[in-house]
Amino acid sequence: MNTNEIFEKVKKVFVEEFEIPESEITKESKIFEELGLDSLDSVDLIVALEKEFNFKIDRAKDGPIITQIRTVQDILNYIESKKNSI
Amino acid sequence: MKLNKVVITGVGAISPFGIGVESLYQGFLENRSAIINMGNEWKDAIPDMLCQVGGPIKVDLNEKRIPRDLRKNMGRTSILAVLSAEEAVKMAGLTQENFLSGDYGVAFSSTTGSTHSIYEFAYKLRQEKSLSSIKSGQFFQIMSHTTAANIACYFNLKGRIISPNSACASSGQSIGLAYEAIKYGLQKGMICGGAEELHVTTTATFDLLQAASFHYNDNPSETPRPFDRDRDGTVCGEGSGALVLESEESALERGAKIYGEILGFVTFSSGEHMTRVLEEDMLAGMNRLFKESNISPEEIDYVNAHGTGTLFGDVEESKAIEIFFKEKGLSPYVSSLKGHIGHTLGASAALEVIMCLKMMEMNYLIPTRNLKNPDEKCGKNNYLMDFKKKNCNLIMKNSFAFGGVNSILLLRRYNYEHK
Repeated sequence: MNTNEIFEKVKKVFVEEFEIPESEITKESKIFEELGLDSLDSVDLIVALEKEFNFKIDRAKDGPIITQIRTVQDILNYIESKKNSI
Repeated sequence: MKLNKVVITGVGAISPFGIGVESLYQGFLENRSAIINMGNEWKDAIPDMLCQVGGPIKVDLNEKRIPRDLRKNMGRTSILAVLSAEEAVKMAGLTQENFLSGDYGVAFSSTTGSTHSIYEFAYKLRQEKSLSSIKSGQFFQIMSHTTAANIACYFNLKGRIISPNSACASSGQSIGLAYEAIKYGLQKGMICGGAEELHVTTTATFDLLQAASFHYNDNPSETPRPFDRDRDGTVCGEGSGALVLESEESALERGAKIYGEILGFVTFSSGEHMTRVLEEDMLAGMNRLFKESNISPEEIDYVNAHGTGTLFGDVEESKAIEIFFKEKGLSPYVSSLKGHIGHTLGASAALEVIMCLKMMEMNYLIPTRNLKNPDEKCGKNNYLMDFKKKNCNLIMKNSFAFGGVNSILLLRRYNYEHK
């Protein structure tokens, strides 16, 4: 899976889970300030990403990394780093 | 201490008759039944449940118009609550400025949080033994005070927040506690009422306690039958009723139209039995209410009974009404509105108060649907079996709940000349 394919899948998560118009989602989008997610949404984001990419997040280990996510690009980077388990 | 007069400036409703107060009025004025057989969905879910009838809302709630970030925390109960509150607030003409001031609060409740969400939450945890498919909003959908919390977030409301979740007395208590907050000058206004969603497990509770109707599964429009000799239990419905209460002073200052007045409220515990409210407890409550409100029972034109159609509850309530008024040589008209839409539990008192206001406006009293032959065991009351033209100025509204939680409200026509 290349970066663009990952981006398309991430966009799908934002559209389906958070009802955000696809046209508003870029790699640079700030997920809280620009896409309107809140801290509780990040819990749902993780659940949706697990489902979409079919991997399991280690809540204890990955938690600190996940809390640093601010942009769509950060999500792409995180998923890239998990590639081995995808 | 100056006590405020408490008036009603807005109402909102969602009921088995549809969305909005107009559909509620229409259904009752046409004397329709909203009770249906729930079909295979219930049969398959709990095959040994006897009751197969309910009063569901059959129209699309169009809840997607609620912004997603708020909607994610709402189960069906809260969606009903918020949409009915929105109608009431619009009618009252309250603004963002009112809600941010801290002078306007909310008192809203239901029997439990969203039953669909509770069921789903428990099912997922038990089946999957994992948190991975539980969404962040799920807890906020199932927590007991979900309706009040969601209404507060929806309107950015900064005032008092109360959620007296007391089953079938929930909205009676919510209206009463809102009334007290305004009467004693703690708030200028309150959004108040209650909501309930219909789920098979709710009816199962009544079925288990032998309090649910099951002889009319093939003729659903003939049940429930409050006070009728052929009644066989209640039928659960769903909906939400919301009112905006305000001090008379604030309402007049804002130029709001006033639809009625809350004149008195009493809430009391039976303190003996979880499901049985005895006639003497109700009598004591009525006596206390009239004493505290400084109102003479002679002024009561109509009693809107709790009357759920259960075998025992109807007897105790009707006897209490008979004795209370008879010893003063009185016999006001009595009806229950549950024969039309079933028992909407946490929403019932609020929806029924809204219909009481309509009856006062029209000077027409609505009969108990399905009451053909009053049961001899029920008190010898002046039961309404047909619509009755009647100049109606003062109404007593009863609500009694499992857990021995009881509330009674006094409602009066608002008279602009006597302000």
